[in-house]
Order: sequence, then C-alpha cells, then structure tokens
Amino acid sequence: MLKFPIYLDNNATTPMDPRVLEAMIPYFTEHFGNAASRNHPFGWEAEEAVDYAREQVAALIGADPKEIIFTSGATEGDNLAIKGVYEMYASKGNHIITATTEHKAVLDTCKHIEKLGGEVTYLEVKEDGLVDLTELEAAIRPTTILVAIMYANNEIGVVQPIKEISAIAKKHGVLFFTDAVQAVGKIPVNVINDGIDIMAFTAHKMYGPKGIGALYVRRKNPRVKVTAQMDGGGHERGMRSGTLNVPGIVGFGKACELSRLEMADDAVRLSKLRDKLETALLQIEESYVNGNREHRLPHVANISFKHVEGEGLLMGFNKNIALSSGSACTSASLEPSYVLKALGLGDDLAHSSLRFGLGRFTTEEQIDYTIEQISNTVHKLRDMSPLWEMYKEGIDLNSIEWAHH
Amino acid sequence: MAYSEKVIDHYSNPKNVGTLDKGSKSVGTGLVGAPECGDVMRLQIQVDDATGVITDAKFKTFGCGSAIASSSLATEWLKGKTVDQAMAIDNMDLVEELNLPPVKIHCSVLAEDAIKAAINDYRVKNGLEELVFEEKGVH
Repeated sequence: MLKFPIYLDNNATTPMDPRVLEAMIPYFTEHFGNAASRNHPFGWEAEEAVDYAREQVAALIGADPKEIIFTSGATEGDNLAIKGVYEMYASKGNHIITATTEHKAVLDTCKHIEKLGGEVTYLEVKEDGLVDLTELEAAIRPTTILVAIMYANNEIGVVQPIKEISAIAKKHGVLFFTDAVQAVGKIPVNVINDGIDIMAFTAHKMYGPKGIGALYVRRKNPRVKVTAQMDGGGHERGMRSGTLNVPGIVGFGKACELSRLEMADDAVRLSKLRDKLETALLQIEESYVNGNREHRLPHVANISFKHVEGEGLLMGFNKNIALSSGSACTSASLEPSYVLKALGLGDDLAHSSLRFGLGRFTTEEQIDYTIEQISNTVHKLRDMSPLWEMYKEGIDLNSIEWAHH
Repeated sequence: MAYSEKVIDHYSNPKNVGTLDKGSKSVGTGLVGAPECGDVMRLQIQVDDATGVITDAKFKTFGCGSAIASSSLATEWLKGKTVDQAMAIDNMDLVEELNLPPVKIHCSVLAEDAIKAAINDYRVKNGLEELVFEEKGVH
C-alpha cells in the first residue's frame, strides 16, 4: 500500500534514519553533559561521544578526525570557509573564484566579501552545468586566494570535475573549497584523492538531524587555517566557538557511518529508480533533462516539460507527491531558477521544470505512481495551455510580442 | 503556501477551457502575460452583436494554480454580462472570491487585463475605438 504524501524532495532535506535517532536519544537526557566540561563524568561522556562521532565523520570523507570542525550546518560552513579564508589570507591576496550556479550561501557570502573590498569572479557554467576548466584557470590571478566550486549541484545534480579543479588550484598555489552538501554520503568523496582543502557538508541531507554540519579543514599539505567567525570559548581548534551540539554530533556521526556502509548499494538502487522515472517522463513529448546526464548524482533528475508552468504542474499532485520546481510565481519573484538560467535555458523552460530528489526510503511503487501522476497532469495542463496550442499550430512563440509585466 | 479551496476547485475542474474562432467578428481575444514571466492567459468572449451580451467565454492559461483559477472564474463571470458590465470586473473581486494571498494578486490583475484586451479586440474588429485602461501596476 502506498502511503501519502510521497517524499521526492531529498535535495532539500532527508528524513532522519531511525537508527540515527536511536543513537541520539540518550544524549538528550542521560548523557547531557557539556563536552567542554573537563572535570566530571558528564563532560567526559559527552567528549567521548563527540570524539567517536568525529572519527565516524572523518572516515566517510577520508580525513583525519582533527580536520573536522563541527558547525551548525553547511550555510555556516560556507560562511566560515569563505570569510575565514578571506581574513586569514588577506596578506596573500583578495580574489576569490566561484561559479554562478553555486548555492546562495556561497554566492551571498561572496557578495559580502565584495562589499568588504574583495574581488570575486563568478564563472559561467557550460550548457550542461559543468565548469569550464580552461576558463577557471584563466581566471586565476596573482591575488587569487580561493577557488570555491560546489561538488554537486542541488538543483540539477551535476557533479563537477573536482579532481581537475583542485589540481588547477594546487598548481597555482590557490586553496580549493567545495560545498559538498549534496555529494557527501551519496557518492564517494575523499578529501585526499579529490585534493580538497576545505569542504562544507551537513547532516540533514544524509539522513541525519538538522542543525549540525561540519567543515573539513586540511591540516597538512598545505596546513589550512580559517579565521573564526564566532568568538567565544575557542572550541573546535579555535575556529568555531560555541558549546557542541552533542546529540546532533552523535547523530551526524551515525549518519556518516551508515552512509559509508550503505551508499554504494543505495546509489545502485536509486540510479535504477531515477533512470526508470526519467525514461518514462521523457516519453512525454517536449520534455527535456536539465544538466549533464553522465556526470550527475545517481538519485537526482531535473526535467522541463515545455509549455507547462512548474508551480501549476506541482499543484496537480502536491497533496500526494512532494517535489520542487524551478519556477517561482510570486510577485516577489517572477524569476525562475538562476541555476537553470545559468545553463542557458530560456525562461519558459526554466519555468517548466521539476526537480526530483530520490532517497534511501524511496520505493519503486512510489516512482510508478509519480510517473502516472505527472504524465496525467502534464497532459491535462497542456490541454489548457495557450502556448501548447500555439506550438501545435506551428506558431513560433518567439515571434509574438509579449506584454512583459 | 496552501491554496484556498476555491482555487483548488477551479484548478481541478476548470470552467470554460477552450478556444473560440479568433477570426470571427463577434469574438474578442485577449492574450496577456509572457512565457518568461511564467504566466500567459488567453481569454476569449463571444458577443451577441444585437444585444452586446457575452454569450460564451473561453480561456487557456499557462501558469500557476491561481492564474488558472483566476481565468476560469473570469470566464464564469463574463457569461451573460454585457460588454459594458464586463468592463467593470475588477481584479480585487477575483482576489476576494478566490481568497488569493498577496503574492498571487498579480494573477488576478492578469485576468482583468485579459478581459480588457478581449473587449478591445472585439471593439476594434467592430469598428469601435480602442479603450485606454488605467495601469494597475501590481504585477
């Protein structure tokens, strides 16, 4: 029996794995100590739990536990990495390179850096969403201190050529930071093999709790430091003060361990389901996949259905299926997804997109139901779409003078 | 954001979806919005030349649920009204009837614009001057 609503928005957040919750519970009540309390068993227990979780987190990404700085999540991680490098390496330079398809936590932090007097290059991406390596290298200046490129995109799931990007950064003596929120725990990420210097990731995208994340900060070859953005007790090697969120950290550790053990199997299963979904939806006339299909997360698909508006489409089934769209039809924002626009998609196709994020708990039955519902709704809405009618009559929509409002 | 029941009802069972013969002299067609803004509405009225009464109205809309509901409701209201009465339909009446939240008011404005564009199309076809309407500016 299908249970509703079906959740297919795992890029936004994931449900917590019950095994994670189970690991966390004792740390709310029984073992509630402050990990910084050095003088009694409550503190010792908490510290021990944090140390163990730090090892679990480090093991997932091939890091040393000492290189893990716990944060409140990836937004904080992005801020700490970029602002922290900007301040720490001010004597070396003030230029940062990033891309237009980054998450807002990176883009807005870069804008903040510009206000402070820093310089930022925003690289355009190719049609398939990938960064052009030649352009990246050409953008490096003597004053460049950081390259900030995400591991995998949250809207289209494309996976950037991380090894190549880090090699270019290293060749020019520039640090490489990656927001790996969508990738860690889903595909193999190894900070050594991938040549990553700093990396932000978070628990709630990998079946862990919200409110806890980590920043990986490399300790050798090179030894990287970031200036703290929060002053206080000097926790986390002085880079992030604040009492540690012990239950959250325990849950994060458990989530990392589960991902390390299960992600290979999850990825195989989910890529089959994703491909089934995608193949079926591409049977619909005038539907297109957005982003590179080869270099892509196994559980993500972003598809545009021409001449149907995304929010209207969602309404056809959003009581039963939780999905997100690249279209925002509000008076505050008539702009469709900036990521899709960065791929060079026309606004019409960008407004017509749905993002699918499958997850550990997605079943084939749910996918079958989703295919049926979406196909039906697309057909129904096209029957009432003036654009579809014109398209069918062979009218070139670009030839019409639209009243822009 | 949750939709009101009336919006859901019009979205699920839209009234008067379809196409009238835009070449006919007694049909007025209004096409408003733009694909890049995420809303396009086409609203058509069939007018009885003798009485000036709108005998039929049809729409097709590319847009969100509120845009579809606004145009569906507009066609309902148009039928049976004279062209003069139709001109008095205000977008805020649609907002009230559909309980549209502030971020969706532009959908109702678009529907009002579509009505006026359809009326003007009808007028021009019948040798009458085009009316100039005040800009709502709520888009």
